[in-house]
Amino acid sequence: MYNLTHLKQLEAEAIHIMREVVAQFENPALLFSGGKDSICLVKLAEKAFWPSKIPFPLVHIDTGHNFPEAIQYRDELVARIGAKLIVGNVQDSIDKGTAVEEKGPNPSRNGLQTITLLETIEKYKFDACFGGARRDEEKARAKERFFSHRDEFGQWDPKNQRPELWNLYNGKKAKGEHFRVFPISNWTEMDVWQYIAAEQIPIPSIYFSHEREIVERDNMLLANSPFITLGKGEQVEKRIVRCRTVGDMTCTGVVESTASTLDEIIQEVSSARVTERGGRADDKRSEAAMEDRKKQGYF
Amino acid sequence: MSTILEEERFITENYLNMDLLRFTTAGSVDDGKSTLIGRLLYDSKSIFADQLEAIEKTSENKGYGYVNLALLTDGLRAEREQGITIDVAYRYFATPKRKFIIADTPGHIQYTRNMVTGASTANLTIILIDARHGVVEQSRRHAFIASLLQIKHLVVCINKMDLVNYSQEVFETIKKDFEGFSTKLEVPDIHYIPISALNGDNVVDKSDNMDWYKGATLLYTLENVHIASDHNLIDARFPVQYVVRPMNDEFHDYRGFAGKVEAGIFKPGDEVIALPSGFSSKIKSIDFFGEQLNEAFPPMSVTLTLEDNIDISRGDMLVKANNQPEISQDIELMVCWLNEKKMIPNGKYVIKHTTKEVRCMIKEVRYKVDINTLHKNEEDKSIGLNDIGRILIRTTLPLFFDSYKKNRTTGSVIIIDEFTNETVGAGMII
Repeated sequence: MYNLTHLKQLEAEAIHIMREVVAQFENPALLFSGGKDSICLVKLAEKAFWPSKIPFPLVHIDTGHNFPEAIQYRDELVARIGAKLIVGNVQDSIDKGTAVEEKGPNPSRNGLQTITLLETIEKYKFDACFGGARRDEEKARAKERFFSHRDEFGQWDPKNQRPELWNLYNGKKAKGEHFRVFPISNWTEMDVWQYIAAEQIPIPSIYFSHEREIVERDNMLLANSPFITLGKGEQVEKRIVRCRTVGDMTCTGVVESTASTLDEIIQEVSSARVTERGGRADDKRSEAAMEDRKKQGYF
Repeated sequence: MSTILEEERFITENYLNMDLLRFTTAGSVDDGKSTLIGRLLYDSKSIFADQLEAIEKTSENKGYGYVNLALLTDGLRAEREQGITIDVAYRYFATPKRKFIIADTPGHIQYTRNMVTGASTANLTIILIDARHGVVEQSRRHAFIASLLQIKHLVVCINKMDLVNYSQEVFETIKKDFEGFSTKLEVPDIHYIPISALNGDNVVDKSDNMDWYKGATLLYTLENVHIASDHNLIDARFPVQYVVRPMNDEFHDYRGFAGKVEAGIFKPGDEVIALPSGFSSKIKSIDFFGEQLNEAFPPMSVTLTLEDNIDISRGDMLVKANNQPEISQDIELMVCWLNEKKMIPNGKYVIKHTTKEVRCMIKEVRYKVDINTLHKNEEDKSIGLNDIGRILIRTTLPLFFDSYKKNRTTGSVIIIDEFTNETVGAGMII
């Protein structure tokens, strides 16, 4: 009878972690992408500190290649909950010369996000950043800690992560170092969807089925946008699709789907044969792609 | 026949009623541990097409004659190169009954630290024994660590039964051998299952090759082991994590004490005492995002408000007047050392216990445990990486604690190096 269901346990764990961060750090922030995982984080933060407002800002690292629906959602959310929003623009890093736009047929600003993120962290002196990463997403993330230590260059050293025991989290650090904190590490994609359904959390419309212009590339469907250059033999078609993740428009795949309600999405996810990151071109570059990007300071 | 019914699995109503079992797996590189986990994930349909495709490709490149399910769990490139697992990796799968979190830890002697880490949050441990080799030193070590970490349920999987002609005699001999050893441990619930992880015998589906085995399959055991009573519901403990003070018009005088219920049950109207001050008050409300709850129990994260305005901050603990924890600065611990740098006798460290952080000095090493024989070594008292020993510490401020046996969360500490900030030790209060 005194048994908490698994989703309630995961919620309690995430709230506990968020409160630990606010208690242990001076200047935390929440990395908000507009995706469903960071939307969950915002809901958990609201719960953790109620009736106070969320005691840290939301930070959006903006590649400039956004789904307009995601930006609209972001602005509405921030207004509704009275949170502070800080935007770090990849374009600013490019203009400053600290980031260089990729060349080649399939340029992406995804990698450049890391540079802008680290610059934003430094500018605002954030010492802990919440991220919505989950361990079920990708192999390299299966070993990620809740409190992930980053050195003064913002880098992750897989061999030098602190052991995490019980629910005791060690956020001690030297000057200039910071932490990434992943409160929903133990959630699966299905947990996130079920939580969104159970809590009736609004999500950006692009997660639901809609008609969109797409380009087929490397067995992926990419949303057509001014940021995509058509390759040889490639053409724009209209399809009924939805997003499984929300990221940079140039590298986030969409899937053909008629799921137009949360229940339908849940049914689709439960029978899906490809992991959600399977539709991200950035992971496909090499088998160890994620590990490499994490070492450089990626989310 | 598969026990997982796809249609049944994800109906929201069922999904929201599932409970959670955390387990750890221990075994050496050759015991087939990764294969077993791969099998559980594969047979419970928790592997996706692109993941399968990636390991098929790698298996082919490496010249394996079969799809090596072990590749699913070998995460980091450093490991794939060495072919061993070097850290704790977490895996997830679900059946209609339960959701599972696996803490997958390597079995080598040098990785005691990872096993302790994985076991610290687990309800259950799976120990893998190679049917051809029987109970080896390592099996005993794994069982000892599970017992030390107060894991209540042990599942001993005797693997590779296909390589011993599915012999009942082999199974019974190993079982008897393990039983002889396990009487020295403090694990109340032990199961023995003959399996072949490679072929799937008795993992998810019952084996046709072992009619003599009348017990449950591994998955059935994982789905049905009784974990509801694993939490301590008697000794009410609420370490204060954070004080919520909105200071806005609507909640002008609101002071809420946010935290996680670590043991016992709290209800509005309960008389509570705040430690260390000793002031008492009554619980006015248990708040959760605008809702007022009738009770709170572990491991819920809630916010308590009190009838009286007493001074309470992070690191304090709310308890019941008639059931208080021990309060002391002199504390005996079983410690597992996690760092290459040895423990310094009389050294000073930082301790984290519940939401409290204090400094401490290592006063004495009582003995070191030989984790293979359980022999207490009182001569060699140097505690280095992967060593387990009993120590006495003195803290700068009193801690409010229970023995680890009574309550895992108020009985555990981590030890931190003041200079490097690394977590160097894990302690269980005696």
